[in-house]
Amino acid sequence: MNGLSRIAAIAAIEFRLSARNRWVLLATLILVLFALALAFLGSGPAGERGVDALTLTAASLATLSVYLVPLIALLLSYDTIAGEIERGTLALVLATPAARGEVLFGKFLGHLAVLTLAIAIGYGVAGGALVAVHGYDPAGALAWARLMATALFLGAVFIAIGITVSAMTGRVGTAAALLVGVWLVLVVLYDLALLAGLVLDDGGIFTTHVFPILVLANPGDAFRLFNLAALEAAAPVAGIDGLARTLPFPAATALASLVIWLLLAGCAGMLRFRSLHP
Amino acid sequence: MSHDPVLDIAGLSVAFGSLKALSDVSLSVAAGERLALLGHNGAGKSTLFKAVLGFLKPEAGRISVAGAAPGTAAARRTVSYLPEAIAFPRALTGAEVITYFAKLKGEPPAKAKALLQTVGIADAAHRRVGTYSKGMRQRLGLAQALIGRPSLLLLDEPTSGLDPISRGEFYGLIDTIAAEGAAVLLSSHSLTEVEARTDRIAILVKGRRVAEGRLADLASAAALPTVVRVKAKAIDGATLQARLGGRRLNGRSVEFDCTPGDKLALLARIASHSDIVADVEVSPPHLDDVYRYYSGLGAAGEAA
Repeated sequence: MNGLSRIAAIAAIEFRLSARNRWVLLATLILVLFALALAFLGSGPAGERGVDALTLTAASLATLSVYLVPLIALLLSYDTIAGEIERGTLALVLATPAARGEVLFGKFLGHLAVLTLAIAIGYGVAGGALVAVHGYDPAGALAWARLMATALFLGAVFIAIGITVSAMTGRVGTAAALLVGVWLVLVVLYDLALLAGLVLDDGGIFTTHVFPILVLANPGDAFRLFNLAALEAAAPVAGIDGLARTLPFPAATALASLVIWLLLAGCAGMLRFRSLHP
Repeated sequence: MSHDPVLDIAGLSVAFGSLKALSDVSLSVAAGERLALLGHNGAGKSTLFKAVLGFLKPEAGRISVAGAAPGTAAARRTVSYLPEAIAFPRALTGAEVITYFAKLKGEPPAKAKALLQTVGIADAAHRRVGTYSKGMRQRLGLAQALIGRPSLLLLDEPTSGLDPISRGEFYGLIDTIAAEGAAVLLSSHSLTEVEARTDRIAILVKGRRVAEGRLADLASAAALPTVVRVKAKAIDGATLQARLGGRRLNGRSVEFDCTPGDKLALLARIASHSDIVADVEVSPPHLDDVYRYYSGLGAAGEAA
């Protein structure tokens, strides 16, 4: 009971700090702007192909979310432990009856709340605008809801990664640098390496057996795979995603990958945080 | 009467790899008592606090916080901590910081916010911490530490960087808190700073406790001389020295070292030469001399 109220207090103060420091506003603005841009600059061909605007935009927004959502999640969380160590407040917090697990979980929930608000407003506004302009379509609405829910899930994975790295480095500058690297590798370089592998392999063992596992192993790719597979053949997709749809897995496996990432990052963060000397 | 110490440390050793941060330190603080922990930077003061909080695992020795092991839930409900150079989030107000820590400690926030009045920053409760002066931030830190009436207060250099007036007020607050029954362990660089504001002092040098006791006892045990300086009427130090003895200081002064017991006799002798003596200045050993004496002992012991 006390533990829950402490977790709530920690989550609330993290949310308040994010709000005061304008992170809430910034994250929401970024998502609103990009989602609206995709919705109205990318939905031109919708009528011609007979696909509704919501579904089509959901497909392109899924691809964009792979870049944006992890970036925002890492921006929210990179200083959460390291910053408190540098300011000396972590020692204070850990001297109170708050257990370390409560502190970590409270921080996670606080950042997740910010991201939830940003995604709900950002994608909600864009979705609402699309419905207002192009009309409502149940399948499209479902795709949109699925996109919002899984984007939040993807964000949760990267918030956990951000908190873990923040606890591991203990310095704000190092954590920020390391997380830029994490983002580049997981979100950008990983896909490029996969594409290079596909080109070099030219339909061999790598393409048929290794590639599908590698796609699932990356949280961003798993997120995109799940969303695009769920859209079925409705939306035109290309590149890695086109190949990914021929994978020998049910789409839900991709969600399992996200769950595993979240658990692993959470456990690593907890292990590190337990042995931390503030 | 509870004369069981709230904090009891026996034979505590803490090491970081091969570096011995604390060796065989024993201390105890009873309820209502103020103990000042003195030492240079790196003497092990902060390490000792962190060991008491349960953040560091001792290599040897035993710590008891109100009968509980450090870091346990029972110990953490008993103890409050004010770290050195605390920086609360600048974007939060003082009231928000206090409310937050009250919730972490399971205390009613309204009662905790009244502590802002106690430490004298109630007017600034709804201003952001970023606008606070250093003294106000330290007061906010103290208010935070007072939430829930802790039995043991750990204050790590609470007055470093404060101006003399703020420092005096700060110690006034600590007096009140101790008078209400809290055990207070605070650290400082300088003996002059803690002066009459603590009951006992302990001096740490390179992780060893080299002295512990009441300040007056430590000063008399050190047997530092009182210095008596005599100034001649004319620029005639030579005559003065010929008649009285002592060390020549400059053209018109001589200086004597004497024990407290010999002081009156010496002064009487000086007074009998009032024809040539213009002025007498008596300097009892300065607090920093006492501190320097024990620090020197510790350093010598280390070298031996």
